[in-house]
Formats: sequence, C-alpha cells, structure tokens
Amino acid sequence: MVETFGEYSIIGKPIRRVDAKLKVTGQAKYAADIEVANMLWGFVKRSPHAHARILNIDTSKAEKLPGVKAIITGKDFNGFKWGWSNPTRDEEPLATTKVRYLYEGVAAVAAIDKDTAEEACDLIEVEYEPLPGVFTPFEAMNEGAPLVHENRPGNITVEYHWNFGDTEKAFAESYLVREDTFQTPRMAKGYIEPPATVAYWPDPNRLVFIGAKGSPYFPYRILSRCFKLPLSNVRIIAPFIGCDFGGTKNDMTNGDFSAVMLAKKAGRPVKIVASQFDTLTTDLRRHPMWITMKTGVTKDGILTGIHNKIVSDGGAYTRMSPLTHFLTGICMGMPYHLPNFKHDVTCYFTNNPSSAAMRGHGIYHTTFARECQMDMIADELGIDRVEIRHRNLIKNPEPGTIYETINGVHIATAGTEECLTKVAAAVKWEERKKKERVKGNKAYGMGFATGTYLSGTQLSAHNACAAIVRVCEDGTVNYLTGATDVGMGSDTVGSAIVAEVLGITIDDVDIKRVDTAYTPADPGSYGSRVTVLAGEAAINAAEDAKQQLREVAAKQLGAMQDEIVFKNRQVFVKSNHARSIPWERLVRMACYDAPGRVIIGRGHSKRSTDLHTLADFSTGRGDIGTNYSFTAQAAQVEVDVETGVVRCTEDNNVIAHDCGFPLNTQAVETQVLGGSYHQGVSAALYEEFKMDKGLTLNPNFVDYKRPRAYEAPMTEVIHVITNDPFGPFGAKEASEGSTCSAPPAIINAIHDATGVWIKDLPAEPEKVYWALKEKKEKEQKKKKK
Amino acid sequence: MNDKLMDLRFTVNGKPYELKVKPKALLLDVLREDLKLTGTRTGCEVSACGACTVNIDGMAARSCSILALQANGREVTTIEGVADGDKLHPIQQAMVDHGAIECGFCTSGMVMSARALLAENPKPTREEIKKAIQGNMCADSGYAKYIEAIEIAAAKLRGGE
Repeated sequence: MVETFGEYSIIGKPIRRVDAKLKVTGQAKYAADIEVANMLWGFVKRSPHAHARILNIDTSKAEKLPGVKAIITGKDFNGFKWGWSNPTRDEEPLATTKVRYLYEGVAAVAAIDKDTAEEACDLIEVEYEPLPGVFTPFEAMNEGAPLVHENRPGNITVEYHWNFGDTEKAFAESYLVREDTFQTPRMAKGYIEPPATVAYWPDPNRLVFIGAKGSPYFPYRILSRCFKLPLSNVRIIAPFIGCDFGGTKNDMTNGDFSAVMLAKKAGRPVKIVASQFDTLTTDLRRHPMWITMKTGVTKDGILTGIHNKIVSDGGAYTRMSPLTHFLTGICMGMPYHLPNFKHDVTCYFTNNPSSAAMRGHGIYHTTFARECQMDMIADELGIDRVEIRHRNLIKNPEPGTIYETINGVHIATAGTEECLTKVAAAVKWEERKKKERVKGNKAYGMGFATGTYLSGTQLSAHNACAAIVRVCEDGTVNYLTGATDVGMGSDTVGSAIVAEVLGITIDDVDIKRVDTAYTPADPGSYGSRVTVLAGEAAINAAEDAKQQLREVAAKQLGAMQDEIVFKNRQVFVKSNHARSIPWERLVRMACYDAPGRVIIGRGHSKRSTDLHTLADFSTGRGDIGTNYSFTAQAAQVEVDVETGVVRCTEDNNVIAHDCGFPLNTQAVETQVLGGSYHQGVSAALYEEFKMDKGLTLNPNFVDYKRPRAYEAPMTEVIHVITNDPFGPFGAKEASEGSTCSAPPAIINAIHDATGVWIKDLPAEPEKVYWALKEKKEKEQKKKKK
Repeated sequence: MNDKLMDLRFTVNGKPYELKVKPKALLLDVLREDLKLTGTRTGCEVSACGACTVNIDGMAARSCSILALQANGREVTTIEGVADGDKLHPIQQAMVDHGAIECGFCTSGMVMSARALLAENPKPTREEIKKAIQGNMCADSGYAKYIEAIEIAAAKLRGGE
C-alpha cells in the first residue's frame, strides 16, 4: 500500500514538466537532430505504382555515382517478413516481388550526403508490370476482384462476429428501431515530426538504432529477428519524440529497415529522415470505416440492443488491424447499459497505404455512430438529448462493487453521470435549449456526447511493464522505465510518482530516455496504457527501494519499521516527528554502513490481473483495459447558413472527464484540450485524405487541413474524481476518451443549429452547404403541397 | 547540379559567420547542418507548419522557404539565442510555467513567432496573438495554453521585469 499520510506532496497538483526547459530552449534532441561520427545519409527508392509486380531492379548506374557507399534492395533481407503478430507477418522491409501501395519502398542508397543518395535512387532502374488494383473495401470484396495478397482470398484482412444476448428478439420487442450508416474518413496521424532513424553497428554482432519510436521494444524484437541478433545485442534508444498518436512510430517503416541494412553493408552509421511528403503518402493512417448501426429502444428511450455492421479499409498490409477492429466493439457495453449486442466487422485489404492505430483507436468510430444516433432517437421520441443519455448511463458502482458489461468488461468506477450533469450545467443547457438558433445568416447549436476509453491495455504476451529505482549515495535517484514519453508527459508523472513515494522532490529524480540496453522491456506508448501500468510499476519499484531504506531507518531511530514515514526529504517516526533523519543522511548511512549495499528497487505492474480476464478477440469477451475512463462534453458551433462553414465558438465548449484522479492536473488539462478536444474538432470539421486510385491528393499541410490557433476553442476542462481502485493513486487514462466524444458532439451541434445531419466526417463547408440546400428545397416542396 | 559555392555573411544569435554555401541551400539546412543549431525543426518543408520559424531582423520567418543567401547581411535569431544564458526569456518561462508544452516539436517555432509579435506589439489582443501563431501548427496542445502563455509573457514584459 502507498503511504498517503495526509495530503499528497507532489501529485494531484500542477507539476512542471521535467523536459520543458530542454524543449523550450530548443536543446531537446529529436531523431533528425542526432549526428554520429562518420555518418552517411540514406534515401529510399519508392514505387510509382500502387499495385505492380517487380520484374527487375538494376542498380548498376547508381553504383557508379561518386559518393555512393551502399545500395540495398528487398532481396538483401533474405525473405524476412514482419507484422503485428506471428500469423499476420505479411510485409517485407522493402518489397521484392510486388508492390501493394503507391510509394512503397523497393530499394535504398547510403551516400556521403542527402543529395547524392537521392540522385542515386533516381539512377536505380526498376521494371514493373502494373496490375489492376482495389481502392475501396467495396471494390475489394467483389467476387473476382484483384487480390492484394495472393494467399488471402476475398481480400479480407480480419473479421469478427460476436453475439451477446438476443438482438433480434430485442428489436422485435422495441418501441423504435433505427438503422443508420455513418462514415469516418482516412486521416493522418497528425504528428509534425517526420519519422527519422540513425543506425550503426559498433561490431558485426551489435546494433544501435536511434529512432523516433513510441514503442522502442517493437523494433527491438523485430530487428532482433530480422538480423538474427540476440536481444541483448539490440540497442534501441529513444530520443525526444514529436508525437505519435499511434501507428507509424509504434512499429517500422521502409526507412528504418533500410538504415539498419545500409549501415551493415556500408560499415558506417546511416541516417534516414523521412520528408513530410513521405510521411503523408506512406505512413499509417486512421482506418476509413462505414458503420451501419441498428439500435432498438423502449418508448422511454432505454436501449434494448445494438447490432453493428462495419466495413473497413485496412490498406495494403495487416499491421495493427486485428486490434483496431476488436476495439470497435469491445467497449460498446459502456458508458450505457446495453443488454443485447451483436457485432459484425470486416476489414479489407486495398492498394491504399496501410491503416493502423490512431488516438481513440477503434472506439472512435463506433462512438461517433452511437452518439449521433442517440440524438436521432431522442428527437424521434421527443426526449431531451441530455435526458436520454442520463436514462441509459451506467451508474458509478458503489465502492467495492464491480459492474460487468454484457461482454464481460469490468468497471469499478464510472463518473459519466457526474460528467454529463456538470457539462450541461456549465453551458446552461436548460436555458439555452429554448433559445432561437438562427441569427441572421448564422445558426448556433449545442451538441452533447459521452465516451469511454480503456486505460492500461492488457494484451496477452505483451504486457511486461516494470521500473527500476536506483538511489544514489547523495540522495538523488535514477528512475528507469521502458515506457516512452512521446509528448504526453509520462516522464514527468513517473518521476512525480517516484518522488511522492520516497518523500523527496521531483528535482531529486532523474529520468533518461528509453534505452533497451538499460531500461526494462515495455510495450510502449499506445492504448492509454502508460500512466496506469508504468505508474503502478513506478510505485512498486519506489516502495521496494523505500523498504530497503526503512530497515536502516528503523534501526537508526530505534523504532518499528511500520512506524517509519518518508516525507519532505525527512524520515521520521510516525508517533514522534522529532525522532528523524534527513533523507540524504539516511541514504548515505544505508550505502556506507554495510559494505556492498546498493539501494535498487524494482517493481512491475500487476494490480488488475487477479480479477480481470484477458480479452478474447474471437468472442469479444473479456477485459482489454485495467480500468476505463469516461467523458461527457458539450460543443457549441456557429454555422454560416449561406456558405456551410462551421466553426466552434470560442466559449461554451466544455469537457468533463473522469480520469479517476488527475496525477498532474496541468498536463491532464493540456492533454484534454489538445490531445483530444482539438483533435476531435479536427476530425469533425477538417481532416481527410483525398484519394484517387491509391494516390493521396493532399499530401502536405497546405492542402491537408488541420485546425490552427484561430480554430481553437478555449475549452473548459472539468475533472471528475472517482479514485479507481485499479489505477496508481486512483488514476485512469486521460484524454483518449474525449478524442472519441468530440466529433459526435460537434456533428450533433450542427444538427441542433440547422436540422441537418452530416453522417460522413468531416463536415466540410461543401457538404454542409448541400445538406442545407436539400433541406430548404424539401421544406419549400412541402409548403407548396 | 550547380554546386558552385557562394559566400554568406550573416549574424546568428549575435555571432558573425562567414560561410560558403550552395546557392540552393535553404536557411533551415544551413542552420541545422552547418551551424548545428538543431533547435530549429524541419516539419512540413512548405511553410505550412512553422516548426522552422526564426527571427530575421526581428521578424518571424519560415527558414524552410528562404534561401540561406537571402539572409546575407541580416541578423538571424534562432531558439538557441532567445534565453539569456540560463535565464529563460519571459515567453519561454510562461510556456513552461503554464504547461503549454507537450511533445515540444512546435515549441521553438511558437517561441520565435511570439518573440517577433511582442517586439512589435507589446500589448497584443487575443486575436492578434492567434494571428501571430496562425502559421504555427501544433498537434497536441490545442493552442489554448500557448495563447494564454503569450498573454502572460506580454504582461510580464510590459511590467519591466
């Protein structure tokens, strides 16, 4: 148990980020800033076809270019294939026989500078036989459609069919059954830092790889297999990372493999930095999905059942699709009580760049559909839109009790009711709903949505999460974790936890970037797992170190061990604070009095595993999270009814979220504002890759629209505290849940303002304009009749 | 490729430099590769994200879209030249204290845009701040805390501290 002894000293308050000074002065090194002696530049040769057989690759001209030091093709990898899990290893480091998406890498060059490497790539001659391709899942599912992978009939990447209760019976007995189709678009992950890698081989059996990786232990395992190296000899170092949001910085790119192979071949370090064009044409994207949701309700608006039918575009390779599509359904039993549930989801291969995880992974798609449809149902039944949600919400379980969803997900805390009550009050919904919506050529509307997200992802075979706390003889502490801070602030919260447990200051704690040579194995940053799991590991490691020190303190102070308290850099007896030793002195005694003693604490995360059952992908039953966050939010929009332009108003945008207990209130707020609300605005109103037969038409930040300062609402954030028993100090994830609830809140607000439904994101001006025009024409026809 | 090197004389962070650069070399690449000032970030390469923002003669400029030779005879300030030794500039201090920074990749550009704004307009309105950082894309902060931090810094600078 964590010693709380009154108030917390550090956590639960605004904590200044441990890396803020390095970042604000430009000293923080990202992968592209890394330079090592004797380094070469690499460049990747890419395919001009979205689907083609590779007949021949001729590198002879490139080899003769002065300054070229190494050239590789896919054949150098000797048939190696990789993927998310063993059965899905379907991708080569560089394509050898066939390219499956436009700009897939086929060869690479290392040279003395970037220009020479690029020029040499132009000199590589590749002979292709273009093949007909499939560019939407609907083309891919046609009988006789070209196959993206010859051994995958029907172009099916992954499919799940789950059934809980009896939806057909529920629909038959329902007062109202609605079926609507919603569409979510292909989106960029949104990081501004393009992936970059520096690789070198200190000796022929040892690899060092410094890359922008949010999950450094993915490349650790993949490169070990690829280059037949023992794990002990694979050293992955994470520099600072300019965001990830899932996907490309979790696993590998053509450039990552190429840098390593080129460095091996050239016998020199090689650096490859992707351009933003590479990033926006070849990096992983959010899956576009077509979600048909059939929902039954009673006359009072109580949910009786939901049946989802989802079609999804997975792109050229499997990547993380098995997890994405599992996540579309696993949390459907929250935040509303759902007695019957059926889920049919199929993802197809296409000749588009691969799709993968993105903030709100999977859950984002079905939350959008459900929350919009909830408003449609409310309107049809004449029930207030906030009220219908309250009628269905799962109540916060009494302390010590657990709510189990229909598919066996366990919830100990759920603050959604309080969240919804607070946002509705904050925007004065009861007054506002009666007000006139249209003022001149502008219409104003308010929308609500709730959401949930898993935290502390539990996946079989990939759960290791540990920490090491090394107490130095001067009282400073090295905290080692494999968890990677990609920008969200986990380095700060981990350091704060260690300082809190040891009763010292955060300045006493040093954390370094992940280095697989020293830090414990960890799955990395995804699935909102870091704070919950790495946070618990940090508590356990710090407690272990503290216990070693407590034994020394008890002896010195002549007290029982359980009487010893660590607080404010003092160690004292609970019943008599005057009997104390300063922290530094105690540490020095501990390190010096017994020859050979070194204070090293270790711990791992384990709290949830007793109760929870690991999720079963084939049935959709079980726990994917350690605990679950909940959100309710209100969005206000202004719609220009002449042009269709929608913007969020500066005020009246409120999120209330239940992250259990915010460990760093300041970081949580910034995360919720930017990492979720702002990204939600972006998904609702702006972002979409426009495609033409595998070609990305807007692969730059001029044509690919994302919100900027003008489009940023000054959102209000309300923390709802539920103290989850499975989280460190009661914490759950913060802000992935609100990424999911923002788009439907905004679409619902557009409907509230104008009466039109935009069921395919984003709500671009043209879409809104035509929808408004269609509505007007219908109304005029009605009048004439 | 015309690789004839040309002379570039300019001041960076108060220090005079004389370099030989390719005519096509971008200011961004010269700062990062030749002067090793990697705090100026390479983001979008098309003047759209603002991660490469520097100040040229006090004005905010995108170094990815300026030839190094265009900076000839000019005074360039990069993020490395903003703090006074160990003492952060009030803009930097406000961003740190207010919790504006997340991954930090856009931060250099945000500081440089804000610095140019406050040099010209010590009392900007919120709209003027938004306009000044409109060209600085941030993926994860939501801008709100950057905007507030710049307001805090402006007030502090006006206070003469």
